[in-house]
This record gives sequence, structure tokens and C-alpha cells, in this order.
Amino acid sequence: MNLHLPIYLDNNATTPMDPRVLDAMLPYFVEKFGNAASRNHSFGWVAEEAVDYAREQVAQLINADPKEIIFTSGATESDNLAIKGVYEMYASKGNHIITCTTEHKAVLDSCKHIEKLGGQVTYLPVKADGLIDLSELEKSITDKTILIAIMYGNNEIGVIQPIKEISAIAKKHGVLFFTDATQAVGKIPVDVIEDGIDLMSFSGHKIYGPKGVGVLYVRRKNPRVKVTSQMDGGGHERGMRSGTLNVPAIVGLGKACELCRLEMAEEAIRLSAMRDRLENSLMELEETYINGDKNHRLPHTANISFKYVEGEGLMMGFNKNIALSSGSACTSASLEPSYVLKALGLGDDLAHSSLRFGLGRFTTDEQIDFTIKAVKDTVNKLREMSPLWEMFKEGVDINSIAWEHH
Amino acid sequence: MAYSDKVIDHYTNPKNVGTLDKSKTNVGTGLVGAPECGDVMRLQIEVDELSGVIKDAKFKTFGCGSAIASSSLATEWLKGKSVDEALQIDNMDIVEELNLPPVKIHCSVLAEDAIKAAINDYRTKNGLSELVSTH
Repeated sequence: MNLHLPIYLDNNATTPMDPRVLDAMLPYFVEKFGNAASRNHSFGWVAEEAVDYAREQVAQLINADPKEIIFTSGATESDNLAIKGVYEMYASKGNHIITCTTEHKAVLDSCKHIEKLGGQVTYLPVKADGLIDLSELEKSITDKTILIAIMYGNNEIGVIQPIKEISAIAKKHGVLFFTDATQAVGKIPVDVIEDGIDLMSFSGHKIYGPKGVGVLYVRRKNPRVKVTSQMDGGGHERGMRSGTLNVPAIVGLGKACELCRLEMAEEAIRLSAMRDRLENSLMELEETYINGDKNHRLPHTANISFKYVEGEGLMMGFNKNIALSSGSACTSASLEPSYVLKALGLGDDLAHSSLRFGLGRFTTDEQIDFTIKAVKDTVNKLREMSPLWEMFKEGVDINSIAWEHH
Repeated sequence: MAYSDKVIDHYTNPKNVGTLDKSKTNVGTGLVGAPECGDVMRLQIEVDELSGVIKDAKFKTFGCGSAIASSSLATEWLKGKSVDEALQIDNMDIVEELNLPPVKIHCSVLAEDAIKAAINDYRTKNGLSELVSTH
């Protein structure tokens, strides 16, 4: 098999669309262009039927009722709608939300917005393995707590939080449980009934579907959950999210969910085998560390720190041929490395030295072989150039040096 | 973010990577930056004692491509200059030469700091006062 360059290993950022998804979408641009809300003619009926079918495909993947699926523009909007919508809807019950420090910015920034409105937010720390402490979660619950917002699988390190245990705690205290499952849905089995999830967000473009479409699952029974709409208008999506439905994207999302449902089990085995091979080979390098709990992890994600080399410099060694991302934030004005890695208690030096590998449906063994060699060669080359590596090899304690901080 | 050709060239073929004997009195060493900030540069100069000219310069850098390129370029510029001439190297010269974007200007500042730190080290070793303060 020929190796096509560049190799895409940033599937946690976005995935390429599966050609089968595109095929499903194509008729809904020109030929079947109707507005799904047009109830009085066949163009509308065709569109509505397509949306209904997609809603079923989506619901089936997560074991929900189709009526519990709210289509949005993506996971960011779903996160906003869940948090702000619950905060508004349940204002008479309380104003306290519990989340954690490694959440996606869409969750953290929505929570900050809540604080500006006068709400209270608890940001739980995570342990060194990236998981939250369940007893600390339970201790944070007050009589004002209305929502626990904890992600399913982390986008940077792939760690899977103990969802069933969290939902049990939420249920015990009569608090709603929302999870951002953008990285988990379609990659591992997610079952809203078994997992006890009240609200859940995810998006199309992380599961080989189109960008610009996402889902907020909102439970209808035990308990019946409602959110105050953040987008007002025609009362679409049971009044929770107005706006003409993006029919082709919804059709694509439905197809993407169906493919995940049918192929996910096999794909997860294939991906985790490749991921482990990549990881084990790279761990042959000295002073290399895996970030996040290895036992509770998404099958397609690896986050590795190569001590004494800087992540962005490292990527430059192969970014013509391999696309991936780093926890180093050398490009950002703040010069702050990944807040997720820092939340694990990693020193800034290790956070700056990290690479995230996001494997996907179209990743091949040949690509992994190429990546292993390229990363190893570059790490070795840069360590020869690194004053820190030289000090380490000479036995100098780097922490004993009085560094000047800019 | 795309790197300029010159940054890529210095990164791919860095000039003067290595270590000089810091116990020699005519070798000045500058170590600047911090691991937590994602950039550490070590720049060394070896001065010809008779002429006062920098006859060799070496660097090792932990950092992004622009930091590596800035220090590589600095060592090239240092060689053959007198210590006084070396003090004239300004970080904006490096920015210009490498076409560094605004977010990478700190890499050039660090290189200038490294030059000055190496010169100060050389001066201190030779009984001269520290001439310049770093940023």
C-alpha cells in the first residue's frame, strides 16, 4: 500500500467526512431542498421525513428516544444551551453548577458566563490520572446545586470519567447531570439510559460527519428535563432551539451515527491496537511519559510528553508530513501551555513537551510506522540540541537552576 | 502558522550546535529563558584574547523552531565580531532577518539576552564589570 502524505493524526480536532456520509447528504442540497418546517407541501414533507429518519439514527446510537434529540449547530452550541438553558430553567431551584477544570472551553466559558450572571460554579480539580474524585464531587453538592457538568472523554488526553458513578451521585441528590460526550459518542458505547445521563452534547464532525451540526440530548422521562432556549424564533426542536433545520447536515449526522453504531466495536479494537503500538514504540525513548489514565481512555487518543524537547519545535520536525497537535502553546500570546495537562499537575516543562495523537477511521498501520520513525528521529535530534537534555545527562538538577521568568 | 524559509533552514540545518569548555577564561556562557516558559537558550562565545574577536560561538536551545533559528542565527552573526560589535546586535535585526511574526518576537529577545549574558559572563571572568543588563 502506498503511503500518502501528509498523514492526518489530529482526529480529536476534526475528522474527515466518510464518503458514505457525503453520499447520503448530496440529494438534500439541490433536489430535496425543502424546509423541514414547511408542513403544507411535499417539499417540506420530504425534508421532514429525512430529519425524522436522521433523528432515529442518532437516537439509536445513544439509546435515546428520537424526541429527546435536539439538533444544534455543534457541540459548542449544545454545551451553551445545556448549561445556560438549565441555569435559566431551574433558577427557582438553585444557582449552583459543578464542573471540572479539564472541561472543554465551551463548558468552562459557559460556566464563567453563569458566574457573571450571579450563579455559583465549583470547578473540581482532577487527580494526576485526569479523573475527578467522586467523594469530592459529592461533597461539593449543596441544596442550591442544579447541575453537574462533567465530560465523558477528554479531548486532549482521552481520559474517560466515571460516568455511571457520577450520574448515580447526581440522581441521589436530585441534581441534573450533563455530559459533553463529543469525543466519546461514536467511539465507545454511550447509552444514556444505562449511563444515567440527563443532558448530553456531541457533534457531527468528530464522528466522520459534517461540520456545523450537533446534538443536545435532553431527557424526557425520569426526570423530564427542560432547558430555556438560547435562540428564539420559530419554536423548532420542541421550542428549545429555533432556527430552520440544516437538513443536509442533519442527514449526514444521522448517517454518521448509523455507521458508528455498526462499525464502532470493530473500529475501537483496531484503533486501540494501533494506538498502543504507537505508544509502546515511542515509550522506548528515555524520559517519555504518557499523560492521563491508561486504563480509562478513549481508544483513539494518546498524549505523550517527551521531556527536554519543546512540543512546537518537535512538531516542526515532521509537520510537513504529519498533522497532529501539541500541548505547548508557544504560538499563543499568553505562552501558557495546555490547561488540561497543567490540571493533571504536570510541570509546565512537561506540558510544553507534549504531543497529542488522534487516530481515526482512516488511519493505517503504514501511517503509524512512518509516524513512529519521524517522531523518534526528531526527538533524538532535538535532544542533541537541547541544553536541558545535556544537563540531564550530566546529572544537573534542572530545578536547582534559578531560571529567569519573562 | 507557516514558518519562513529562513526559519525552516536554520531549524533543519542548525549552525554551531554544541558546547564550549566553560571552564576556560576566554569562554563566556549565557543561559536564558526557563523550561516552564517553553524556551531555554544557552549561547557560548570563545574570544580570541589577543584581538578581542569572537572566534567561535555555539548554542543549544530548548524551544520552538523560531527559538532554535534565532539562536542559530545569533551564533553565525557573533563569529568574527569583536565583543563590542556583538553588543550592537539587536533583537529586531533577528526578527527582520528571519521574518518572525509578532508572536515569535520573544524568541529574538531571548537570543539578544543570551548574547548579552554570554558577554557579561566573559567580562566577569576577566575581571571586567558587567556591561549591560538583560531584559
